[in-house]
Amino acid sequence: MAEKIRITTPLMEEQSRKLKAGDSVLITGTIISARDAAHKVMTEALARGEKLPVDWNNQIVYYLGPTPAKPGDPIGSCGPTTSGRMDAYTPTMLDQGIKGMVGKGSRTPEVVESMKKHGVTYFAAVGGAAALIAKSVQKYEVLAYPELGPEAVAALTVVDFPAIVVIDSEGNNFYEMGQAPYRRL
Amino acid sequence: MRTIQVKKITEEVAQMCKEAAYYLPGDVYDALKKGRETEESPVGRDVLDQIIKNAEIAKAEDRPICQDTGMAIIFVEVGQDLHIEGGSLEDAINAGVAKGYTEGYLRKSVVEEPLFNRKNTQNNTPAIIYTKIVDGDKIKIQLAPKGFGSENKSDIKMLVPADGVEGVKKAVLDIILHASCNPCPPMVVGVGIGGTMDRAAVLSKRALIRPTNVRNAHPDYAKLELELLDLINKTGIGPQLGGTTSALAVNIEWGATHIAGLPVAVTICCHAMRHSERVL
Repeated sequence: MAEKIRITTPLMEEQSRKLKAGDSVLITGTIISARDAAHKVMTEALARGEKLPVDWNNQIVYYLGPTPAKPGDPIGSCGPTTSGRMDAYTPTMLDQGIKGMVGKGSRTPEVVESMKKHGVTYFAAVGGAAALIAKSVQKYEVLAYPELGPEAVAALTVVDFPAIVVIDSEGNNFYEMGQAPYRRL
Repeated sequence: MRTIQVKKITEEVAQMCKEAAYYLPGDVYDALKKGRETEESPVGRDVLDQIIKNAEIAKAEDRPICQDTGMAIIFVEVGQDLHIEGGSLEDAINAGVAKGYTEGYLRKSVVEEPLFNRKNTQNNTPAIIYTKIVDGDKIKIQLAPKGFGSENKSDIKMLVPADGVEGVKKAVLDIILHASCNPCPPMVVGVGIGGTMDRAAVLSKRALIRPTNVRNAHPDYAKLELELLDLINKTGIGPQLGGTTSALAVNIEWGATHIAGLPVAVTICCHAMRHSERVL
């Protein structure tokens, strides 16, 4: 593996635009969790003209619903969920200023177009490495929608959270680049 | 007639939920290690290293392997000479699931109604329970918690007899190619062939309970399992970011079907192929 790139939050557009598909990164700072139910609630609120309880400008969203923390732990197991389920809501959320997304799996062309427009980077964490990923999380604090339980919007304080750039702000796709050399059908 | 108290069943199911969430079965761990040895992609090897390390941390620290601790899928075989006392079997199993998911700090991922309200039941019940009455006076309980990243990529094709073996291969491969990097590969692929639409789907689930290193007892199906595995490992999907370890195993279960039919169901499981079993 190549040298890992350290990035800190907030993630500014200029920095995001420098990242390239295939780059390995270590994220330090605050990332904000939101998944299916929170995306639905937030986009519905925006459609009604309401202000969101969280300022997403220059933030990194993490598609996550963790297990409950054991006593004494900051968080339970906390790997990425499938990003594609958020695709219908994503262009609306990127309009709110999000500059990074962490999840796993492919995205729609509409999402990629919105990423190019706003200079957004899509990162993948290793799906199913949830106990390992928890080691890089120091704090979990619910910011909004506590009634959604594991789907609440929460701030995660992370140190050297490992991820890889899978779609960069120019639309280059590392999933496709990574699979092509090994496709032998 | 032998008697078992429902309380015993509840306690065992609770324990099984925790075990399954924390401890990756040895055969799956070995398959990941073997995949790490043969994986051609450097990025793929790095991903496999993280997956293997994750399983080791989860086991050593009693933590869920994955945050999606799944819906509890439970196959029960009840001996017809066994008397279950103190309540209903289904209630006992669901009480065990609620207890296990709560005590074990597992995620509650079940909503009571799928379309309009989607309210979380807060205790991961109800479980999906398949009950079969068999000979004897024992009860066998097999639990396979199923995450939905992979479940969402599962599918079924209603083939016709003329499609034959090649048609089955194409159907399975199409489902896998469509799933691609999304279901947290390397996958374990359960295939149900025959029966009706619903029966094939259940067979594909049941297939996942068989250890990854045990092939179908029928030589033709055993051969097909290996051929499908080889095909899937040539897709390039690899361990999420491309490579040669796309699947750890293909397990097929088959059943009698109609003269006009050849249903093929594929349940995709992620690399965290979790299960736990008891005979009481």
